[in-house]
Amino acid sequence: MRFLRLIGRVFLAFLGTAGRLILFTADAVSQCVRPPFYPRMILRHMLDIGYFSLPVVGLTAIFAGMVLALQSYTGFARFSAEGVIANVVVISITRELGPVLAGLMVAGRIGASLAAEIGTMRVTEQIDALTTLSTNPMKYLVTPRLIAGVTMFPFLVFIADIIGVFGGYVVAVYKLGFNPANYIQSTYDFLQAEDVNSGLVKAAVFGFIVTLMGCYHGYNSKGGAQGVGTATTNAVVSASILILCFYYILTEMFFAK
Amino acid sequence: MTEPKPDNSRLKIRLRGVHKRFGSKIVLDGLDLDVGVSESVVVIGGSGTGKSVMLKCILGLLQPDKGSIQVDGEEVVGMSAAAREEINRKFGMLFQGGALFDSLPVWENVAFGLLAEKKVTRLEAREIAISKLAQVGLGGEVGDLSPAELSGGMQKRVGLARAIASDPEIIFFDEPTTGLDPIMADVINDLIVKTTRQMGATALSITHDMASARKIANRIAMLYEGKIIWAGPTENIDSSGNLYVEQFINGRAEGPIKMAVRA
Ligand SMILES: Nc1ncnc2c1ncn2[C@@H]1O[C@H](COP(=O)(O)OP(=O)(O)OP(=O)(O)O)[C@@H](O)[C@H]1O
Ligand SMILES: [Mg+2]
Repeated sequence: MRFLRLIGRVFLAFLGTAGRLILFTADAVSQCVRPPFYPRMILRHMLDIGYFSLPVVGLTAIFAGMVLALQSYTGFARFSAEGVIANVVVISITRELGPVLAGLMVAGRIGASLAAEIGTMRVTEQIDALTTLSTNPMKYLVTPRLIAGVTMFPFLVFIADIIGVFGGYVVAVYKLGFNPANYIQSTYDFLQAEDVNSGLVKAAVFGFIVTLMGCYHGYNSKGGAQGVGTATTNAVVSASILILCFYYILTEMFFAK
Repeated sequence: MTEPKPDNSRLKIRLRGVHKRFGSKIVLDGLDLDVGVSESVVVIGGSGTGKSVMLKCILGLLQPDKGSIQVDGEEVVGMSAAAREEINRKFGMLFQGGALFDSLPVWENVAFGLLAEKKVTRLEAREIAISKLAQVGLGGEVGDLSPAELSGGMQKRVGLARAIASDPEIIFFDEPTTGLDPIMADVINDLIVKTTRQMGATALSITHDMASARKIANRIAMLYEGKIIWAGPTENIDSSGNLYVEQFINGRAEGPIKMAVRA
């Protein structure tokens, strides 16, 4: 009996959280189309999310590309199929690794900083102060960050694609002795627009997830420094898990025909 | 309350039977309060009795569990978000902890409400901000600092400048003089008196500082155990005949109000 009660309580808590999250999302998204807009804030966050994440994303991508080339060489050489390495690298990077690695790295960087910043504003009553100064805190704090996330993630992933493919090229040419011209040619031949596009769509979804989780947990944090710490952890963990879930769902949507 | 009630149509704020609890902790327990137009009311009461919660309920930052709150005769409990935003334009609020935006320089903090309402350009807003800072005894050079670079008392004064910057009809001061030296506290008292008497704003303040309360209030109300237990004109405070009020204004440990300390 007590066990059933526990299950019931957990289930109700889950429904409550899901409901709050949906309401929060609906409010934040609906504010996108209602004035006033805050172009200054949007630009500031685009710079923060897009430009300042480049080093993290670039480093992740180049090593991912290098490992991919090296590892697929050791695999495919057994079947004397070294020729397909260029394709393996470019397709894996653009379709899968670019978005998911960039997403997870930036989830750590951006999700945490959003939750900490907004959470601190919540516990120091700055969010209340916004309300008393004729400003809707949702519109001022959350919506610009969501817009910046959704637009800048595809940009970051596009850059990651290029750097990752370049990493594969470096290993293939300088370590494994491929002919540069042939490698580039076969990369080019096999790459299809759909590969890149599907990756960019994933990136936009991941950008939404990361910024939404950062804002949601920060906005609802309570109880001082400890509360902000919890919000930060929850933001990163929930963003990472949701990214991996949606990663599968989107891949299924795009490629399981 | 035995004093004659102010005329209902001239009430700026009217609270009736406001209840608010957090979990099992009852904070407001049927609170009634009237604030007339252009009146300056000070609420006194022990620490943790719910004075700040009362202000937040009026501003809609917290939802009361029960009761009615009217602003200019309009019921604000359960109001739609859009109407609430409209009503909130009438208010200015000095938060107890300052609540300055630490991502913005001081002058933008002060001018935030003006810029949000788009009544002025950034250049004009800056000038207004500097003049408001001067009114609270801060020089123009402070305007370019970030709030984190200010002392606690300076932050309080910036918060005050921000609360009055857009000349609101109703201003809430949550402990305006706490953390200030006695001279600056008096400057701030004068400023509050000036904004209410000269600009005709309605003020609802909270303070523990009886000197400040006597100076800025037309009327004083005392909050105890979630209710207003006494309210009356400032000149009657010393002859209130209420043991709780007497204990509070004389700052005595012995009396009907028991502090939860165990020695
Ligand atoms: N968001 C909240 N969640 C839970 N409890 C709260 C919250 N806000 C206030 N309280 C509780 O309500 C009570 C009243 O708080 P409030 O801040 O109004 O006190 P106060 O009268 O302003 O005291 P002080 O003079 O020290 O500022 C406190 O006991 C506090 O613990
Ligand atoms: Mg308080």
